[in-house]
This record gives sequence, structure tokens and C-alpha cells, in this order.
Amino acid sequence: MGGVLRKLGALAINGVWRLGFITRFFWMILLYSGQSFTRLHLTIRELYFSGVMSLLIILVSGLFVGLVLGLQGYETLQRYGASDSLGTLVALSLVRELGPVVAGLLFASRAGSAVTAEIGLMKVTEQLKAMDMMAVSPIARVVAPRFWGGVISMPLLAALFSAMGVFGGWLIGVVAIGVDDGAFWAQMQAAVDFRYDVINGVIKSCVFGVAVALIAVFEGYDCVPTAEGVSRAITRTVVSSALAILALDFVMTSFMFRG
Amino acid sequence: MDESLCYNHRPALQQNLMSEPLVRLENVRFAYGERAILRDISLSIPRGKVVAIMGGSGCGKTTLLRLIGGQEKARSGRVLVDGQDVARLGRDDLYAMRRRMGMLFQFGALFTDMSVFDNVAFPLREHTQLSPELINDLVLMKLHAVGLRGAARLMPAELSGGMARRVALARTIALDPMLLMYDEPFTGLDPISLGVIGQLIRRLNDALGASSVIVTHDIQESLQIVDYIYFISEGRVVAEGTPDDIRNTSDPFVHQFVHAEADGPVPFHYPAGDYATALTGGAA
Amino acid sequence: MSRTTLDLWVGVFVAMGIAALFFLAIKVGSVSGSDIKSPYTLTARFDNIGGLKVRAPVKVAGVLVGRVSEIRYDNERFQAEVVFTVDGRYKFPTDTFANILTSGLLGEQYLGLDPGGEEKVLAPGDVIKKTQSAVVLEKLISQFMFSKAAEGETAPAK
Repeated sequence: MGGVLRKLGALAINGVWRLGFITRFFWMILLYSGQSFTRLHLTIRELYFSGVMSLLIILVSGLFVGLVLGLQGYETLQRYGASDSLGTLVALSLVRELGPVVAGLLFASRAGSAVTAEIGLMKVTEQLKAMDMMAVSPIARVVAPRFWGGVISMPLLAALFSAMGVFGGWLIGVVAIGVDDGAFWAQMQAAVDFRYDVINGVIKSCVFGVAVALIAVFEGYDCVPTAEGVSRAITRTVVSSALAILALDFVMTSFMFRG
Repeated sequence: MDESLCYNHRPALQQNLMSEPLVRLENVRFAYGERAILRDISLSIPRGKVVAIMGGSGCGKTTLLRLIGGQEKARSGRVLVDGQDVARLGRDDLYAMRRRMGMLFQFGALFTDMSVFDNVAFPLREHTQLSPELINDLVLMKLHAVGLRGAARLMPAELSGGMARRVALARTIALDPMLLMYDEPFTGLDPISLGVIGQLIRRLNDALGASSVIVTHDIQESLQIVDYIYFISEGRVVAEGTPDDIRNTSDPFVHQFVHAEADGPVPFHYPAGDYATALTGGAA
Repeated sequence: MSRTTLDLWVGVFVAMGIAALFFLAIKVGSVSGSDIKSPYTLTARFDNIGGLKVRAPVKVAGVLVGRVSEIRYDNERFQAEVVFTVDGRYKFPTDTFANILTSGLLGEQYLGLDPGGEEKVLAPGDVIKKTQSAVVLEKLISQFMFSKAAEGETAPAK
């Protein structure tokens, strides 16, 4: 019993310690972000690796999520004779929730894990230490560009995911099932508000971008410098990112869409 | 009288400055948490010389280099590089100091996402405003010095261990440092590459007018190229001397090290209870 | 990969992302709904607002002209007070009639305005006096039942 308590206590202390460390790390990244923008090609390179490389999975998943939403939504709505509202259902669920959240989860597992692996391997092979010994700050040169690459990619990917999803819903609803095209778009436009729904969705995806990018670079930078340590860090990146996204989503939803 | 004093004084001062060692460690103590790594180390690295620091695996040799480079801070004692206490330098001063140092890591630590050329160009591009043409020439010169000018377009993954280390060496000397540090430069190399690296360390040191520290446990190679050797065991300097001193020493520790004997002052067995008791105890 | 093709791909990616954002803004969402030009607020008091919610549409002759911005309870009049924002391009006579209507049988409730015939128009912050409360289904049914019962009582007497 005492042992369990002690373990729980140690776990809690360790958690708080890591929270403090990650906060300090976040501050360091912001402090050393100058180079990421004055030498833009550093960040553009990371935009390529986290953004462009995630495009395919985001677009394909978005399309399929939209197709499923279209099918399931139609099934349910037509029972109430409200199949004209299919556009509303698909667009609202995507723009408010599914777009940012699912794109965030995919982004964490595709780009976040890659960033952790890359930084972790640089740590294992002493590249970070070597850089530091060459009087080049690894946080400015390696960590910050990857962080900003992720932060910039995420909202764009989420928007693409939502757009693809709406397109998928349209394909199923209008093209395949035969919901009226005009009603589909008109109902959607009447119900989806730019500032209330779209902007809030974009804000969500920006916050997820910061969370995932921070977790990914932190886990890579903080990993135990062995092969096993890197693989554990990658797992932690995916798990903590997923938890962070879902928890943040709940908090933000309750603030944004109340009433 | 006054004049003659002045005349005599100047060369003496010059002499004094030159003879002041580039790196001096004074009673340095260091520990990771509770685990003491260095207990009381005092040593110095004279200008222009190649000094080896030797000892068994895990005796804190690498930590010593990290202390000199300012990546770790000593618990007590002072680490002086070119007259400055490394531990007291602020970030900017420390980075300014590091630009005049070069460190070769155990396995080269080349940046895997850059070509050989870009690796060597990295410090030049980060720290100088030189034109691309000039950087191109400098990089090729450095690569030529290590005999790998032809490999400029290769990626680090395409290099053998010895070649990777030579490229890393070229990168280390890119900014013509005053102090070169080598962390286990001979580990995992075939005899030919090992000889090449050894010769390069000596030649580059003399050509650059730099000073070098080699942390290693490869005694035979070191004896051929270094000017002075320190032996470290259990966090203390246990022996020191020129290669000739070391070859002819009667010190039991150095003797065991040089002749690679399994048992001696460094015991074969990890400290344990009585063998017989342990066995019978286990049976009962 | 050389830097120029890398730049090209990143450019394509960013352009696609921005295009998607525009698609969401214009084709999916209705910018006009919230992009109300020079908005002004009006207030209407109702005995019962039914299921009206904040951000419900405000329509005149079926055209969306604004949104409900606030709903509160007036403690002195014992009435619901609905504050709504309308586009500055639209003007309404002072005798405009405010209804709470339902789109379709089960649809969402919205605020419908019926303009009257006055010359003067409502100024920002004005209160619409003529209102009709939401139709509450339970009340409707009980009214119907009572009137049926009343019919039943009077019929035999005839």
C-alpha cells in the first residue's frame, strides 16, 4: 500500500517536473525563434517535411471521413425527412470538431513522430552537442524551425482536411444519393457562420499545432540518447499529443460553443 | 638601468605569456548527482602541444572535455582556458570562446541531413560573412587537408567510419581553432584509418599552431603522436609524463594499462563479498 | 531535393491551405451572416420565447438580415428580452411586428420581422413593442382541447 502511494507520489512529482521543464523549453524556443524567420529557408525546409509530407494522408483521410459522414448523416437525417440538412451536418461537424481534431491526430502521428525521431537521432549521434560546441545553439538552429514548421502547417492541413471532407460529403450526398445540390449548399451556408464556426475551428487547429509541435520537439530533445530511448520518445509524442489534442478540444469547445 | 630593465622585462613577459598553458584545471571536482566522477583533478595543456588523457572506460575522461568546453560546470575548482574561467562565462562569451575551440566527437557527429561539403561549410556559414566562392575554396582546402576533397558531394551515410571521422576533423578545423579536443578518436577504426587519424591529429596541430587534447584509451597509438600523457583513475590523476617516461615507468597502474594486463591495481572483479560464502550461501 | 523544388512544393502546400480556408469561408460558411455591415442592435420583449437561442437568424420576408445577440430575462416586466443585431443597410418602420417563428415543423426557431406602415424608422437601441410570442405546442394542444370541450358543452344545449 505504502509502495503504491510512494509510486503515485513519484509519478505526480515527475509530472510536475516535466511540466515545468516543458514550459521553460517553450520559453526558450520563443526566445531563440529569431533565426527561424530571418533565415526563412530553415523554416521552409521544415514546412516541407511536416506540411507537404503530410498532405497525402490528410487529403485522403479527409475525403473518406467526408464520405462516411455523408452516408451516415443521410441515413439518419432521411428518417426525419431532413436530408436537405445533410450539408449542414457534414460541414458543421467537420469545421467545428472533426477537421481540427482528426487532422491534429494524423499530424501528430505523421509529422510529430518524424520530428521527434529526427531530433532524437541527432541527440543519439551527438549532433546536437557538436552543434553546441560549434557555438551554434541547437534550439535556434534545429528545434525552433521544426516547431514553427509544425505550427504553420497545422491550420493549413486542418483547413484542407475540412474542405476535402465537405467535398466527400457532397460526393456522397449530391452525386451518389441525389440530395438537391442547391439545398445542400444553401442549408450549409445558412447554418455555418464564418466567424463563429470557421474561425473557431481555425483557432482550434492553431492551438493543436502549437501543442503537437511543442510535444514533438520536446520529446525529441529530452529523449534518453539510446535507440530504445528514441523509440520510447516517439511513442510518447503520439500518445501525449493525442491526449493533449482531445483535452484541449474539450476545453476550447466548452468556451467557444456554449449556448 | 631603467632602460636595461625595460629591455629585459619585455621578452620575459612574452616568455611568461607563452609558457602559460592554454588550458589549466585546478582541483576540479565533478559529480553526476551523487555519483562522483572527478574527485580532484589538476592538469594543464601547454600551448602547441598534444596531450593525451588516458584511463579506463567510464573514468570521466569525456566529462573532462565537456568541462573544458563549458558544457558541464565543475562542482568545485577552476577550469581556465586562455586565462578565462569557463564556468563563469556568460552564454555569449562562452559561445565566443567555443568558436576558438574544435571538438571531434567519438563517432564524428556529422549532420546526417547535409552533404560532406555542407558539413564542413556549416561553421563557416554560421559564423562568418564570407562569400560563397571563398567558403567553397576554404572547404575544399580543409577537405584536402584530410585527403577527402573527392568526397565533397557524398552524404555522411555513404562514408566509412574512418572517412566520417576525417570529415568531422575537417569540420572541426574549419575555423582554425586554438584548441582541438578529441573524444576517443581511435574507437572502432581499422589499423590503417587509425594510423591516418593519428598522423592527422599531429600534423594539423603543428600546422595550425594549435594545442590538442586527446581523450583515449588507445595507448599504443597515443605514445607515438603525443607530447605528454596524463593517466586518470577513480577521478584522480594517478600518473603523468612524456611517452618515454611512460614506456619506462615502474608505476603498477601504468604498467597494467600499457601492457593490457587483466588484473592489477585495476581489479578484474567488481567489488563483491567472499566468493566461497556467496556460493555456499546461495546453495543453502 | 534542391532548395528550389522544395520551395515550390511548400508554395503549393501553402497556396492549397489558403485556398481551403477561402473555400470554408465563402462556399461552406456564409460570410454575409456574420459580416454584417455597420450593424445596429434592436430589442424586442416577449412573453415567451420558446426555444429561441442566441445566434438564431433574424429574417424579414425570409431574407436573413441579422442575428440574435443576447437573450435575458427582464425582472421587472417578467418578460424575455431579446437583443438582436441587424445590418445597417436595412431599415424598419417603428410599428414593425416581431414574431418568433419555426422553420418547418421541427426546424430551428428564428426571429421574424413584419414591417408595418409608419414613416419613421427604428433607431439603434430602440425597442420593438409589437411582438408575438413563440407558439408553444403544449399550449396549442390544450387550447384546442378546451375549445373542443367547450363546443361539446354548447352543442347539446342547442
